[in-house]
Amino acid sequence: MNKLNAKIPDGPLAEKWTRHKASLKLVNPANRKKLDIIVVGTGLAGSGAASTLGELGYNVKVFCYQDTPRRAHSVAAQGGINAAKNYKNDGDSVFRLFYDMIKGGDYRAREANVYRAAEVSNLVIDHYTAIGVPFARDYGGLIDNRSFGGVQVSRTFYAKGQTGQQCLLGGYGALTRQIQAGTVTMYSRRELLDIVVVEGRARGIIARNLITGEIERHAAHAVVLATGGYGTIYYLSTLAVNSNGSAAWKAYKKGALFANPSFIQIHPTSIPVLNEFQSKLTLMSESLRNDGRVWVPKEKGDKRNPNDIPEEDRDYYLERRYPAFGNLVPRDVASRAAKERCDAGYGVGDTGLSVYLDFRDAIQKQGAKAIENKYGNLFEMYEKITGESPYNTPMRIYPAGHYTMGGLWVDYNLMTTIPGLFAIGEANFSDHGANRLGASSLMQCAGDGYFIIPYTIADYLSDQIKVARFDTKRPEFEEAANNVKGRIDKLLAVNGKETVTSFHKRLGKIMWDYCGMYRNEEGLKKALTLIKELEEEFWKNVKVPGSIEGVNQELEKACRVADYFEMAKLLCTDALNRKESCGAHFREESQTDTGEAKRIDSEFAYVAAWEYNGPDKEPTLHKEPLTFEYVKLQERSYT
Amino acid sequence: MKLKLKIWRQKDAKSKGKFETYHLDNVSPEMSFLEMLDYLNSQLILKGEDPIAFEHDCREGICGSCGLYINGRPHGLKGKTTTCELHLRDFKDGCTIVVEPWRAASFPVIKDLMVDRHAFEKIMQAGGFISTNAGAAQDANAIPVTKPKADEAFDAASCIGCGACVAACKNSSAMLFIAAKVSQLALPPQGRIEAKERVKRMVAKMDELGFGGCTNTRACEAECPKGISISHIARLNREYYAAKFSD
Repeated sequence: MNKLNAKIPDGPLAEKWTRHKASLKLVNPANRKKLDIIVVGTGLAGSGAASTLGELGYNVKVFCYQDTPRRAHSVAAQGGINAAKNYKNDGDSVFRLFYDMIKGGDYRAREANVYRAAEVSNLVIDHYTAIGVPFARDYGGLIDNRSFGGVQVSRTFYAKGQTGQQCLLGGYGALTRQIQAGTVTMYSRRELLDIVVVEGRARGIIARNLITGEIERHAAHAVVLATGGYGTIYYLSTLAVNSNGSAAWKAYKKGALFANPSFIQIHPTSIPVLNEFQSKLTLMSESLRNDGRVWVPKEKGDKRNPNDIPEEDRDYYLERRYPAFGNLVPRDVASRAAKERCDAGYGVGDTGLSVYLDFRDAIQKQGAKAIENKYGNLFEMYEKITGESPYNTPMRIYPAGHYTMGGLWVDYNLMTTIPGLFAIGEANFSDHGANRLGASSLMQCAGDGYFIIPYTIADYLSDQIKVARFDTKRPEFEEAANNVKGRIDKLLAVNGKETVTSFHKRLGKIMWDYCGMYRNEEGLKKALTLIKELEEEFWKNVKVPGSIEGVNQELEKACRVADYFEMAKLLCTDALNRKESCGAHFREESQTDTGEAKRIDSEFAYVAAWEYNGPDKEPTLHKEPLTFEYVKLQERSYT
Repeated sequence: MKLKLKIWRQKDAKSKGKFETYHLDNVSPEMSFLEMLDYLNSQLILKGEDPIAFEHDCREGICGSCGLYINGRPHGLKGKTTTCELHLRDFKDGCTIVVEPWRAASFPVIKDLMVDRHAFEKIMQAGGFISTNAGAAQDANAIPVTKPKADEAFDAASCIGCGACVAACKNSSAMLFIAAKVSQLALPPQGRIEAKERVKRMVAKMDELGFGGCTNTRACEAECPKGISISHIARLNREYYAAKFSD
């Protein structure tokens, strides 16, 4: 159990971070340039960490698999970024934002971390505004806010439906400034394939150059992973198709504990599957639920054009089931409610696997122009993909794999159980419990990157100033690089008859069916068997063309999918262990009379952190108990 | 649907490329253009041939990775659409589709349909930012920005950096790309402090990297998947000359 010391500072909740910052050790500005820091990933968390550490004078190396850091998948976040500014004078505060996140996460997150995320949220907005992020404004010239799923205040800052893009481009600007200044060296088109641990500390990475194919070694005094989530384990998800979980997985295999891996958010409003070759699902922002009403016909199999279905024949099931929050219930609740209706036979569209999101009433009340101002780009996006205009016909939506609350276990300093290896943003587990509230992802990623890691990493590095730069010819680098090459050679040597993508789809189907929105013991056990069988088949029959040299996009995919097979087993193991329902993790065995998630606090109020014990060995479960001093645990009700 | 595809194949930056022809049967009009290429690639892989390299990531029109020259136009014929947002229902059954990489001296081909757009990075590094360190900012509402200005800045900021403007231009000019960034940052007060230096540095870097000048043909505006207006180029020119004359 001593593996899990979360290092939560003493003192009252609201003073923990302030006191902790005052006690953290510092690195003298003159010494910072002697310290090398590797940051992997350039989304909001990674670009924030890299530029800020560069501004402070550290020697930073940043890696991303894209051709430029501006394309990291934070770019696709649509709806907004939360902060406790209370600009709307509607009763918001740091405490209320904290409270909403703890409740929204179904009481499975750490109080101290969540409070800190809420606390630094205001700094994030100030910073982004100062570096030119064009947040939406009112006619008075000040910043506008809107409400977002799962809360009753308007605390969401936004830039139309492109908030992630605008925040990322702001962060990218700050990063390019440091590249120009020479404090940050950019390594784009590189994929992390292993973490190098020297004498128990993270000291570097092995990365493949995706253009030349070279297996590169990079050393540093500390490594920060900002590599995002693993939602593409389902194959179809709202993520970029190249997003992957390999960096976190390699860290796990090198000794970092993996926390709550089965906590994956299924987003309720994605465009449904339209064809069998579909490669991704496109999200329609949750903000649409501010004005759109979700419904299905009252009659099963009602094939009428939705515009011809009169009011009395429509079932606005969210408004019916959850009158207090209506269409704004949190994502997990909205997703399950949609699946429940579709499974019961009320779904619409050719497949019966979608529900309507209707703007008719909003357009009548506010006018088409007002709706266009708010959601114009989303409506356009929907029309491009489906060929239908949401101005005239209700959107059709269905849940899709989206965000991973689980991730690498980190302490209050955002350090994993490997000293010197940090995880920030979606890659860690710390702030969203079992379910993330809308617009709190950008908030956490940016907070981690700009305002938390720069403080905590200094504390770690303060006694590293005498450690000389590492030679990448050391045996630990040699061994890691050889292991990477060995695995690639093995993949190339199979030379079977089925493509990587085909295996990925088959794995995704198993995960979606048995470890998706609804889970039960029998299904999860079955999934574990099916995954093992499919993994064996993969290593016997996958076809990876080409060689390790040069551009080889199939090899990139194969490396990621090979890791997903291993990871999928841990997800199912974790889901099997947690016999309660909480947030996005819904165990059918544990539900209330009305079909809502039923937590079992007496047994499961803990973070499940898994330790790797080697291939084909069961991982060890470590439990970090969750104690709640400031929030009373109660049934999460939105009725 | 049936399709005849003529696709540019080039082994690497040094090799000479050429068009190869492929025939595809049984494609669904619901498929996206890139899903059609995935489908073709799966066939090539199983036949033991080298799959076609192309760039893509978010597949929802926002990351700017994808960018193909389709039937002679960047991102295809539809307008205000990225390649990944194109669907086969936008094409006729039995038609021939010609697919090429971006053609511009500043964007060398890496392999097949992949090009190196690193020149954009260099331009951005020359000044595409506001020099404020994390932690130094005042309250976000301390400096008001009038709504029309904020909205115009947003329109400019919606650039995804795909490079279609360069590919569309007969001069391979990067003016729309630079103008979008200059405009976004020159409009609000936060960006005015460095406006003069920024525009001079970015334009100088663009010239140094071999991008051509703007001759107002408006091809960039017509092909920009985000519909960015060349009025931003007018602002770029104003900003540039004002900065030069104040030297």
